[in-house]
Amino acid sequence: MRLPCPLCGERDRREFYYQGHATMLDRPARDAGIDAWDDYLHNRDNIAGEVEDLWHHEAGCGAWIKVTRNTVTHEVSGAKLVNGARK
Amino acid sequence: MRVAGKGLNAHGAPVTFTFDGTTFEGREGDTLAAALLANDVRLVGRSFKYHRPRGILTAGSEEPNALVTMGTDAAQDPNIRATTQEIYDGLAARSQNAWPSLNRDVMAVNDLLSPFLSAGFYYKTFMWPKSFWEKVYEPIIRRAAGLGALSGATNEDTYEKAFAHCDVLIIGAGPAGLMAALTAARSGADVILADEDSQMGGRLLAETYDVDGQAGADWAAGIVEDLRGMANVRLMTRTTVTGAYDQGTYGALELVNHHRTPNAAVPRECFWRIVAKRSILCAGALERPIAFPNNDRPGIMTAGAVRTYLNRWGVAPGKSVTVFANNDDAHRTAVDLVDAGVTVAGVIDSRADAPQFGDYPVFKSGLVIATKGRLCLESITVQHSGGTRDIRTDCLAMSGGWNPTVHLTCHMNGRPTWDDYILSFVPTDGSIPGMSVAGAASGVFSTHGCLESGIKIAREVVLELGLTAGDIDMPSADDSAYRIEPLWQVEGKGRKWLDFQNDVHVKDINLAAQENFRSVEHMKRYTTQGMATDQGKNSNVSALAVLADATGRGIPETGTTTFRPPYVPVSIGAMGAGAQGHGFAPERHMTSHHATLDRGAPMIEAGLWYRPSYFPKTGETTWLESCNREVNMVRNTVGICDVSTLGKIDIQGPDAAAFLDFVYCNTFLTLKENRVRYGLMLREDGYVMDDGTTARLGPNQYVMTTTTAAAGQVMKHLDWVSQALRPDLDVRFGSVTEQWAQFAVAGPKSRDLLNSILDQGIDGESWPFMACGDVQISGVAGRLFRISFSGEHAYEIAVPSRYGASLFRQLCAQAEAMGGGVYGMEALNVLRIEKGFITHSEIHGRVNAADIGFGRMVSQKKDCIGNTASQRPDVVGGEREQLVGLKPIDPKGKLTAGAHLFVDGADAVRVNDQGYVTSVCYSPTLGHDLALGFLLDGHNRHGETVQLVDHLRGVETVCEVCHPVFLDPDNTRAKETSNG
Ligand SMILES: [Zn+2]
Repeated sequence: MRLPCPLCGERDRREFYYQGHATMLDRPARDAGIDAWDDYLHNRDNIAGEVEDLWHHEAGCGAWIKVTRNTVTHEVSGAKLVNGARK
Repeated sequence: MRVAGKGLNAHGAPVTFTFDGTTFEGREGDTLAAALLANDVRLVGRSFKYHRPRGILTAGSEEPNALVTMGTDAAQDPNIRATTQEIYDGLAARSQNAWPSLNRDVMAVNDLLSPFLSAGFYYKTFMWPKSFWEKVYEPIIRRAAGLGALSGATNEDTYEKAFAHCDVLIIGAGPAGLMAALTAARSGADVILADEDSQMGGRLLAETYDVDGQAGADWAAGIVEDLRGMANVRLMTRTTVTGAYDQGTYGALELVNHHRTPNAAVPRECFWRIVAKRSILCAGALERPIAFPNNDRPGIMTAGAVRTYLNRWGVAPGKSVTVFANNDDAHRTAVDLVDAGVTVAGVIDSRADAPQFGDYPVFKSGLVIATKGRLCLESITVQHSGGTRDIRTDCLAMSGGWNPTVHLTCHMNGRPTWDDYILSFVPTDGSIPGMSVAGAASGVFSTHGCLESGIKIAREVVLELGLTAGDIDMPSADDSAYRIEPLWQVEGKGRKWLDFQNDVHVKDINLAAQENFRSVEHMKRYTTQGMATDQGKNSNVSALAVLADATGRGIPETGTTTFRPPYVPVSIGAMGAGAQGHGFAPERHMTSHHATLDRGAPMIEAGLWYRPSYFPKTGETTWLESCNREVNMVRNTVGICDVSTLGKIDIQGPDAAAFLDFVYCNTFLTLKENRVRYGLMLREDGYVMDDGTTARLGPNQYVMTTTTAAAGQVMKHLDWVSQALRPDLDVRFGSVTEQWAQFAVAGPKSRDLLNSILDQGIDGESWPFMACGDVQISGVAGRLFRISFSGEHAYEIAVPSRYGASLFRQLCAQAEAMGGGVYGMEALNVLRIEKGFITHSEIHGRVNAADIGFGRMVSQKKDCIGNTASQRPDVVGGEREQLVGLKPIDPKGKLTAGAHLFVDGADAVRVNDQGYVTSVCYSPTLGHDLALGFLLDGHNRHGETVQLVDHLRGVETVCEVCHPVFLDPDNTRAKETSNG
């Protein structure tokens, strides 16, 4: 498996740490309420198809990236830095 | 026997080898199978289940029968295919699964018992009693059945693994692969051409066809020479592509030194990961046997294999050969044999309109209905349009047609498509992203077709890569049609074998269908069809046809089993190359490593780090003696400990303090320069992630320390917070763990010791508890932190790593001169438990700040990671297990980590569980055992007694619950300010 790091280019997946769904990017406000925080922390859909998930280029540049990946076909269709503005 | 003048290696040098202890001579370039057949050795093994005599069936890696063991002791290597193993001087091979000898194998009694050993026999017979499964049935079955055995000794052979990258990976170097490689290479693509054979050319090495007016093998050699001369081509022989994986990654096994005398300096095998933008599968096709009665006798081979032995190695596998087939292609075997002067006793062709291509008898509408010969084929019974007759023959070349080698196209869940013209499966387009298929693997069987398809597919591929396709002349070659009629099984008395390796025959498949194992995957498990080293390469399609027949379905509807990687067996040694012993994980050594070993300290692993357990002194006989001495030393004089393994992260920038405030639950905005603060880091779910101290070295510079265990996790977390959650903060950071060597100097005499080595001395007023700053040691710039993990008046001193070894020796010498010395992890652990300091034994991922008594540290004046979740109602209001200290009521009472806590007098069962013990030690300071643990509502139960129960170690101790800080609760030692 290969992942396209926006900074380093395509690399073997052994260089990356897998985190989980990109939901983690949408951190609720401190006072968003218990349900919003429960969803953010614990509830995930188990999607058959295209997902966006988070990987850390741990053995590379240290970038956190958001990868678009299909869980059925294993196709990786893109990757962005989690903070696109700071490229 | 050899046929004079025949064979590509006709002039090969003589090579001497042994098989089952007998010495034979072969020729350079022979496979072991070719050399054995040249010496008229037909019987090479006993079958898996019934121990039937078996001979060589094929001439390739799909071989099910001719498996041998090479090497002895630790180097013993079983299940080597004689059909791919090249011979070398001194090679020694042994047959498998026969005792006492191949000719007289006592387990052959299984064959007589075969009516009772049908498919599913094990499942039906060895059902009960359950206790017999492991102890009685399995050992018996394992002894009777099976392939070759390992020695049980650690393998000392060297293996290698490697990565390669290319534009186009071409798998297989037959006519299609060679043309594809030439086309892609001439178009400027970076090409890897991999072939599992020692010589490239594929079937051209085994046939008598001409290509472009030359012998096929000569033409192939010319193309290989052209390719070898091109800088953008890498040729990999003896390399089998074993698997297709995501994003153009392929696994490949290179047999680097199987074909030469073992040599420790050369890896035996190399496992490759090849990353290719595109690939072209040119893996050819595999011939399938026909299921006729007793079709497994030594001497019965595939027709293509007979041609290979004759044309490539000049070996006739028999004196009087017969051919049994349902297709035109097999007639070439007869033609080639006749041309070579070998007797062909007849071609039995199942078709009514069977052709005649040469001077040999043809039996039209012919079937082989019986065979004779115990250890080698002697005769066959043929039924044909003119009646029934017996034919004396010692070699029968059979062909039920050819199956394209579709395996790799199925590795990502692709299913092959049935082709009614060739009566086999062909790859389905797009099964592997980026992979195209050419030649016989795509169902194109003529030489002309293969060459043409190699060029065509390669042109498509290079155009897709944005290259300009180079011009290639199409070589002239044979373009005969592939003519075949269905023939899967022949009725008659006796077992009609399908899977030779697993001893599965037609009746087994029928039985599976009858017992409702009708799905092809169920049939496979029920009968073991298609398992083990060959994975049914010869037999799967025929077995499907039989199952289709038995269940009244067509073959396409019956479907195939799933082909999974690896295509050929891959040794664990190759896949795990480099990871044996010390290679299993990297080792991180502190700068004090050698000095520590010199002092005789046993090392313990802390993550990847190696840390000293304790430093034994002469006369000490147990670790506890040393540990107690080291603890007393720190409490009374001074001790040195290398703490460089703690994670150190340098954090800089105008928003560094705000960043720290966001990742720590307590406040850092107020931390002054040259001061250190303890920080508690939470996960977003409110549980504790890590703790440590952070020092402010300058206006915008901090150094954070993490625990040894969590250094990587914290770094990843800081990356996450800064990149994903707080990109607004202007902060940069990097790990400096490796850059600084850091030593604890702990004990009442710590300042005295430091003052003896620092260029400028320190005093208690300017260096109070939690101070930090720059210092000089013999002119070297270092950092000093007045922090304490022992509870004593203590410091940590840091210097650039290159000075670490030197400073450590200096500190130790100075400490010893003052009556102190060096201490290890055991003493460090005792010192911290006495003081109630937590480690990851306590913050194990299921405790929050309140549980460890730090609830008020979670500042509510700011947001931070874990702030919201740590205020959850169940955390704040619920009854939880909380950190407590435990000491035995009887000072001799024993405490153990992992023990559970119960109300005194309650049954020690799960429903009464009140908590558990996380850390224990014997405290030489207090003279009894101490423990830290978690107890339900523990903060409110100090002074109560609880029962500690350790069912595993048989320990029961009544304990008093107390505050987790056992020693110096006001921290007066660490805060010492006098300048004495
Ligand atoms: Zn990167």
